[in-house]
Amino acid sequence: MKGITVIVRKVSQLLAGVVFLYGIYIIVHGHLTPGGGFAGGAVISGAFVLVILSFGSEIQKLNKSETRSSLLESTGILLFLLIAAAGFFLGSAFFFNFLPKGTVGKLLSAGFIPLFNIAVGIEVAAGLLTIFLALLIYKDEEDR
Amino acid sequence: MDYRLPLFVIIPLGAAFLIPLLAKLFKRAGEWMAVLSLLALSGLAVYFVFLEKGARVYEVGGWRPLDGIPIGIYMVLDGLSIYLLLVINLIGFLSAFYSLSYMKKFTAESLYYTLFMLMIAGMNGLVLSGDIFNLFVFMEIAAIASYALVAFGIEKEELEASFKYQVLGGISSLLILLAIGLLYWQSGTLNLADLADVLRTNSNPVFSLFIQTLLIAGFGLKTAMFPFHAWLPDAHSSAPSPISSMLSGVLIKAIGAYVLMRLFFNIFALSYDIALVLAIIGTLSMVIGVLLAVGQWDFKRLLAYHSISQMGYVVVGVAMGMMILARNGDLQVASLAIAGGLFHLMNHAVFKSLLFLNAGAVEYAVGTRNMKDMGGLADKMPVTAATSLSASMAISGIPPFNGFFSKLIIIIAAVQAGYYVLAFLAVFTSIITLASFLKMQRFTFYNKIKSSWNGTTEVREAPFSMLFSMVVLAVLCLALSLLAIPSVRDAVLTPAVNALLQAGGYGTVILGK
Amino acid sequence: MIVYLLCMLLFLIGLYGVLVKRNLIKIIIGLAIMEYSLNLFLALIGYVRGGTVPILSQDLKTSVFVDPLPQALVLTAIVIGLATTALLLAVAIRIYKKYHTFDIREIKRLKG
Repeated sequence: MKGITVIVRKVSQLLAGVVFLYGIYIIVHGHLTPGGGFAGGAVISGAFVLVILSFGSEIQKLNKSETRSSLLESTGILLFLLIAAAGFFLGSAFFFNFLPKGTVGKLLSAGFIPLFNIAVGIEVAAGLLTIFLALLIYKDEEDR
Repeated sequence: MDYRLPLFVIIPLGAAFLIPLLAKLFKRAGEWMAVLSLLALSGLAVYFVFLEKGARVYEVGGWRPLDGIPIGIYMVLDGLSIYLLLVINLIGFLSAFYSLSYMKKFTAESLYYTLFMLMIAGMNGLVLSGDIFNLFVFMEIAAIASYALVAFGIEKEELEASFKYQVLGGISSLLILLAIGLLYWQSGTLNLADLADVLRTNSNPVFSLFIQTLLIAGFGLKTAMFPFHAWLPDAHSSAPSPISSMLSGVLIKAIGAYVLMRLFFNIFALSYDIALVLAIIGTLSMVIGVLLAVGQWDFKRLLAYHSISQMGYVVVGVAMGMMILARNGDLQVASLAIAGGLFHLMNHAVFKSLLFLNAGAVEYAVGTRNMKDMGGLADKMPVTAATSLSASMAISGIPPFNGFFSKLIIIIAAVQAGYYVLAFLAVFTSIITLASFLKMQRFTFYNKIKSSWNGTTEVREAPFSMLFSMVVLAVLCLALSLLAIPSVRDAVLTPAVNALLQAGGYGTVILGK
Repeated sequence: MIVYLLCMLLFLIGLYGVLVKRNLIKIIIGLAIMEYSLNLFLALIGYVRGGTVPILSQDLKTSVFVDPLPQALVLTAIVIGLATTALLLAVAIRIYKKYHTFDIREIKRLKG
């Protein structure tokens, strides 16, 4: 991590925000354009991985980030199950679409599919980040 | 629309992801959450078997069939599914209870329980799923959780075994995905009931044969049948013992034998050639498994080879029924053969997981798996020795234990149908199994006691939670012989057999409701 | 027809990698190539001649869409492939730490 120059660091600082925003765009428009939860989540995790790769990090901060992203991943899936169960309590079956469906092509339409996309996006981004951090921490432990 | 069906999937999935969160707050919350949720699930399964019988369906999202065409995702519970659910959840509960003490020797216990609950969720979802792609997805969830669990101890052998298991399991999953793609191409639908309908009316026989061959290769590897058995001895002997008992006792049945039965009886038209192929690989697994097991000195490797042979019994029983039905033979003999195969499935789950739990208890006390280094443990570990003796007698087919009855039913069905070679090989395998287990019992429990193991001369009995699971399973070994009595059999076994025999029955559950 | 044969060719190339290569990482890459070829095959099954992207919008010109169901299957299969590859790689780097080699001829403690 020592040989990264100032140019790479500056550009990655500027780009990480743009990549993050692009990932959010893909997730939220999942019911209108191709993409959705998984693709957007993968792009968001790319933003975090870019910053970690170009700046480096100490092992304690990586450990703390890994526990936090692992808990965020569990929270994402529990949110998913919560929305599914809400479909049961507010309607007739699990995964029943209980929000109003709106008109085709608008952002706030298609019931609860945007909510599912957001939950899956959080989960995938946190999951991929956890995998990356776990492998990085393992390599660091092995180097000692 | 029975809302309790998705609970079989949602409860373990929710528990799996609550465990890491709760483990941050309370130290032992993870273990108890796993055990209690599995207890609830097995109670639900027992309730469905004995108290509220009958097939039921759950339309996810409330999407009912449109003009008689099922367009949504359905979860179907018929006789065979509830039979498998009973096996999965009961053995899961007992293994989880056993691992309360066994996993104290490992670190990161909360991750273990997360993966365990994910495996249970995958198997439950597979058995309940009503369309073939959901079946694939749940199978992958269970399989990936099991790959991680085999490597849990992170020793050299466990990692190597897990890698081999993953590569072979990955190839078989890809073959299954190819078969699913080809099935969709041919029929335009993924729902199992609709698929059965479409394949009955118009199907290209050569294409169908190719798809069936791919499915036999893919699921045959998951069931550890003869040409595809190479991963099982390594994976099942290197895993931690409660995971070995789950893998050998439940996983190879839920993602292997169950899917073979469901696809070849209910979906594809019965064909004599496919049944003959299944019967041949079943017989080969039976014989080769037991012959390879005789020379083993590693306790758990011996048990893993015997798993191959006993799963051969299950597949032989079911394939015999398929052969008889495909030739329009005697319905009574066919249903007897299938009943024997399914009965042996439950029996094998019980006594094989008991044997693996015993191996774990011995390893916990003594520290080795090599039978040449053991001896005389019957005085020091009386409960383990007694349960191990009952499991060995059950697997060798000695009355009044359950193994005797299921093997007897398969042999009688083989003789009545005229397959004398099969009957002879079944009896021969049983005799060699008896010899192998006599050797195991003698070297482990009844030889002269050694002077020291692992630096200690003190060998104590296993802790309470391990003993509880082993005693419950040993009692079940005796109690399951009662399934041969007609009144008990009609409650548990006959719905499962009927679900397979009525080929079109699966469709009416979804469309008729 | 030719595209399906090319997908199967890619599958066989991946299978060659898994069977013949001796480095653990090359085996993993072979398995990944097999997965990608099957995802491609599944996505190509749903092609309808003259069809367009299966997205409903306000200004539709044609009414012939490509089949969207195999595309949903492929999305799921890609995620499953990701999980499989991630787990394989995690086990592979731990094997490297224990055995100090990636060569499968050396990793042979379980026999018999």
